[in-house]
Amino acid sequence: MNKELPPGLALQKVDERIMTLNVGPQHPGSGHMRIIVQIDGDFIVACDPDPGYVHRGEEKMAEYRNYITNIPHLERPVIHDSCNILYPYVLGVEEILGLEVPERAKYIRVIASELNRCVYTMYWLAIYGIFLGHSTMFMWPAGDRELLIDLLEKMTGARVTHAHFVPGGVRNDLPPNFEDVCLRQVNYFEKRIKEYAAVFYDNPILIARTENTGVLSREDAIRLGTTGSVLRASGVDYDLRKKEPYDVYEELDVHSNVMKEGDSYARSKIPWLDMMESCNIIRQALQKMPKSGSVRVKLKPNPKGKGFDSVYKRVESGRGSLGCYIVSDAKPEPYRVKLSVGSFRNLIALPYLLKGEKLGNMPAVYWSLNYWPVEADR
Amino acid sequence: MSSDSNNEQIETVSDAEPTSANISPGKEIELPKFEKELADKIVEKFGTRIKVAFVKPDRVRINVGRDDVKEVAEFLRDVLNFDHAESVSGVDYPQDKEIEVVYHLGSYTDPSLSRQILALATTAQREENPIPGNDATRLPSLREIFYSVEFHEREIFEMFGVYFQGHPDNRRLLLPEDWADLPPLRKDFAIKGR
Amino acid sequence: MLKDLITPQNANVFVGKLGDILEKAIDKPLGYAINWGRIWSLWPVHIETACCSVEFGAASSPRYDVERFGIIEAFGSLRQCDLIVVQGTITRKMAPRLRLVYDQMPEPKYVIAMGACAITGGLYFDSYNVLPGIDGVLPVDVYVPGCPPRPETLIQGCMLLQEKIKRMKARKYV
Repeated sequence: MNKELPPGLALQKVDERIMTLNVGPQHPGSGHMRIIVQIDGDFIVACDPDPGYVHRGEEKMAEYRNYITNIPHLERPVIHDSCNILYPYVLGVEEILGLEVPERAKYIRVIASELNRCVYTMYWLAIYGIFLGHSTMFMWPAGDRELLIDLLEKMTGARVTHAHFVPGGVRNDLPPNFEDVCLRQVNYFEKRIKEYAAVFYDNPILIARTENTGVLSREDAIRLGTTGSVLRASGVDYDLRKKEPYDVYEELDVHSNVMKEGDSYARSKIPWLDMMESCNIIRQALQKMPKSGSVRVKLKPNPKGKGFDSVYKRVESGRGSLGCYIVSDAKPEPYRVKLSVGSFRNLIALPYLLKGEKLGNMPAVYWSLNYWPVEADR
Repeated sequence: MSSDSNNEQIETVSDAEPTSANISPGKEIELPKFEKELADKIVEKFGTRIKVAFVKPDRVRINVGRDDVKEVAEFLRDVLNFDHAESVSGVDYPQDKEIEVVYHLGSYTDPSLSRQILALATTAQREENPIPGNDATRLPSLREIFYSVEFHEREIFEMFGVYFQGHPDNRRLLLPEDWADLPPLRKDFAIKGR
Repeated sequence: MLKDLITPQNANVFVGKLGDILEKAIDKPLGYAINWGRIWSLWPVHIETACCSVEFGAASSPRYDVERFGIIEAFGSLRQCDLIVVQGTITRKMAPRLRLVYDQMPEPKYVIAMGACAITGGLYFDSYNVLPGIDGVLPVDVYVPGCPPRPETLIQGCMLLQEKIKRMKARKYV
């Protein structure tokens, strides 16, 4: 066992200039994690993120439940993005069980996943706004988000925890008249989020606070293995919906948003641009979707894998690439499930970005990483 | 059972799913071309020191001994342009007395590799009574080669007790500070009531 | 005579006794006034423990607008809070911190257990790192079931707490 105590608990040597600060877990600007920062005056000299406050052992629990009963608890790490976090797991199980998904189900998945991405991003944007002391930017996204939650509620029956994706399709067909309502809501939603430019993204205060803070260069973004909006804000065009299209993304026209600056402003803008792209994708999917047909393959009870096999599937979630590594044996339970989540991968960038930054810029940098602590802890 | 012996056990991939293919002698399934070339390049360089476990569309998996893993990883980074690790997973195999660590490597810089994930698997010796950090369950750390594995390897250390030699920061990450039980993702750690 | 009895050493005791006598004399109206004040200033500590915080945040959104009941206002310092909403799963790493936060809050303080995980452990009943409910850590006033509870349920839970405070004896903490 490692003898040394973690730095937060060990007695710190009191330096004349350096002071250690605990930010979190009880802090309005930290979320469910603790960041131990060492500051010299107002400048951060070192930062040690301490996640794990919501580590619930999902991966261990998954080894005791069969492929179907794993679904409800595996979506809990990101309950407001629950379709996307189930997506790689479901794709992996389909490969293990050798299932062919009906065409209509694939389109429903795409629609649900894009709606959910918007729901997640709106929540993230609301928190980002309130972190920066911009109360309007909490109220607007938090209110507009409910529009899409209504749609998803109509579609799946639950407000946030949908458990809608199952191996072999989706749980339910769309309700009658869903396409028209969806189109109308999405159009209105897009009109609304375009207004955010005036109140938030063109706001000189936001620009002054976020521009040139926490700059992540292209090389560092690649070296640190960041993903999603963090990566694309640093000028790497890598969106799995385009690079490795899963389900029916091949047939849809996906545009990925890239910015070169790599600062907090770029990182906060990319998800917003992505939401507009999501609206586009939903409209295309609604148009191309087969109007009728089955949405789910019937499974036998307790479906089993064929033998030792391992699959690694990944999708683009609201926080970046989300991978799921499943090792199966000839039992109804998976041998091992590993979720490689975007939040956990982006966390590594935090110490690098905060070094040399002012303490007041910490919320702007930290939350621009599109980080959801519960997901990172699993 | 490690995945070395996987392919003998996997039954044929069903005809309904022609996309997925395994290397198994006697089966006339066409291997994906690009992935085959990728695997061949590695085999050409390292010969029998590595073993190609499977070649599927977009996924290649190679098994490496723990002494060669650094060398292979360097080759993958410098010659084949894999530049980051997407995920590092540990898998515990009590029957084989080994803990497998799988690095899933990807590439952002090389457009031809953007679909590919290369799984680099290596195994550590498994102890019956683990003392994390002070027993033979050790592996060389890949942090110097792929910087992005830093937190992943810390996670593996606390979840499986695999000590990464050369990792600068082998501390707890997710578990509580006072965790004194077995590393929880080992198979002999049973959760309550199961 | 009274002057001789009161010394600087026992002044506190006398003031306390005087308070008791006063309160016994005008218990009902004073108690009502104190409770009334507490009901409309239920400010929660800002501590998120798990995923129920998403619905907690949604409760402050324009559609649900929980602040119109004077209850859950986003607020910074725990030294001035009197409500702690435990938003979901308590892991073994979080439990000591949660108790630490609770101990630092001034009396009177109330606890709402939000979500199935905070009540019994919920979906994570067999996880190795999750407490089976927070009853062993904090004294709970109101349980709000759901996984996660809808914002309406949370609002109802808060209103139940208000009802409860209305019927509590205000003297307990005076």
